[in-house]
Amino acid sequence: MANARNIDVRELSKSFGDIQAVDAVSFEVRDGEIFGFLGPNGAGKTTTINMLTGLARPDSGHIVIGGIECSCNPKAAQHLIGVVPDESNLYPELTGFDNLCFCGALYGMPARERRDRARDLLELFGLSNAAERLFGKYSKGMKRRLVIAAAMMHEPAILFLDEPTSGIDVQSARQIRRLLLDLHRAGTTIFLTTHQIDEAERLCQRVAFLVAGRIRRIDTIDNLLQPVRGHEVMVFELSRQPDAELAGLERTFPSFSFSCGAPGQLAVSASRTIPVAPLVRYLDECGIDVLEARRQKMSLEEVFVRLTGIEAHRMKGRK
Amino acid sequence: MRRNMTVRHLRAVWGILRKDMKAYYLKPPNISWGILFPLVWTAMFFVKTGREPADIAGVLPGMIALSILFGTTSMLAVTVTFERKAKAFERLLLAPLPLGLLVLAKTGGAILFGTVNAMVPLLIAFGMNGLQQVDWAGLFAAVLLIAVVSTFLGLFIAVSVNEVFEAQTFSNFFRFPMIFLCGLFFPVADLPAVLQPLSWMLPLTYGADLLHGAINADAMFSPVIDILVLLLFIVLLFALCLRNVHRRWIS
Repeated sequence: MANARNIDVRELSKSFGDIQAVDAVSFEVRDGEIFGFLGPNGAGKTTTINMLTGLARPDSGHIVIGGIECSCNPKAAQHLIGVVPDESNLYPELTGFDNLCFCGALYGMPARERRDRARDLLELFGLSNAAERLFGKYSKGMKRRLVIAAAMMHEPAILFLDEPTSGIDVQSARQIRRLLLDLHRAGTTIFLTTHQIDEAERLCQRVAFLVAGRIRRIDTIDNLLQPVRGHEVMVFELSRQPDAELAGLERTFPSFSFSCGAPGQLAVSASRTIPVAPLVRYLDECGIDVLEARRQKMSLEEVFVRLTGIEAHRMKGRK
Repeated sequence: MRRNMTVRHLRAVWGILRKDMKAYYLKPPNISWGILFPLVWTAMFFVKTGREPADIAGVLPGMIALSILFGTTSMLAVTVTFERKAKAFERLLLAPLPLGLLVLAKTGGAILFGTVNAMVPLLIAFGMNGLQQVDWAGLFAAVLLIAVVSTFLGLFIAVSVNEVFEAQTFSNFFRFPMIFLCGLFFPVADLPAVLQPLSWMLPLTYGADLLHGAINADAMFSPVIDILVLLLFIVLLFALCLRNVHRRWIS
């Protein structure tokens, strides 16, 4: 008997006309973990989440949620799951409190139970003062928080979140991340799709990299970071493009690797500490002023770029 | 277990119905639309035809049918197409509620709205001549069946389009011809012979006939036939709507 809080996906595929949106994707989300589904826009993240939650029909493959086979009957496991879509799709004509009560009613909760639960969630999500305000009058951050609260109304064992912090202010995003960690501590299994790699690194135990509908790699954050541990990267902001000096730099500093990123930027990487002074002196002798030098932490972003060849700034493009 | 499930489903259906009432149907613009529209129809027919108040029974079936048809189809274009556009409908599709029940819940408000719309010309007529000869049971059955069939027609239109304006345009493609083709204000037999087969294919023809029978005892068919044909249209439209929701929205 499979665990009541896990997700098992085998060979899941979906195409729209000639476009293969999801291509034979297989993964497992374990009981109580936060699983990140990372990829650039158009990678197939939302299509996957739609198939898992019953909003889209897979062309082929198997989905088992909480031990229930739901490839053919997506309604079968809907009572176990809560879904936070990528858009804040509650009803602008209803108050925050009424929206939550309505979502409870959709899952058959008795009136008194849903009123109590709605009050508790409004308190938990810091929205008590806005309980009687129309949802349409909420700020973006408040809307996202209420949408997450709505997904939690029926206390689902598994929570799907599609880009939960996309397009909201830093403070609200931090608040949402804290809430997700609290839910995780309470035992909820969380399936999180995001194009923000740093968010996945902060929240998830395991992540899958999805590119063009295919999974490139699934592993724990620790294992993924292993190859880049001990590496160091320094980024120099320069007064001009250093293309002509690259060969000279490589001859003078053979243990470092050099690359030009954005205009006027030089990235230096090495498997040991990079001393700044000799590099600044060399560049100065070449007539290039160093405007800024910063040490970059090796992160999941670097791993993603290495594995997929997709630059991180492409991931950060808003939907 | 099964009983528990049924109770949960009923709570969900009631929740959707209540939410639609609160969010859409009981809003002042819709209340005024529900009252004003039938009122204007009624006044227009009296001014135009110059009839005596005692003759109101002659135009009452047409006014009731029109009020229901326009009330239900207009509201569904908003409540379904708009929610679909705003992705709020996805929230309903994610609920552990069978699709058939979800569709019934979503249409329940429009059926009630159409029924209330029908009461406006009926109350006016009642105030003017007392409606002594009316078969009330037949009349209310007709009102309810027209409300259901018009609602499902509206839903069929709403699930076939993507935008609210498309729903309104597509609705008019059906609604306006029905004013002339369904025997609302003059008998189908008076239509050119080439148009009459079209009339028999439209559900409102049978609803209007049921109303004519209940109000003026001048129906073309027996009420049993009208009711059976209307029920057939209801089942067909419901099945078509479910199929379209499956094909278009759970793609």
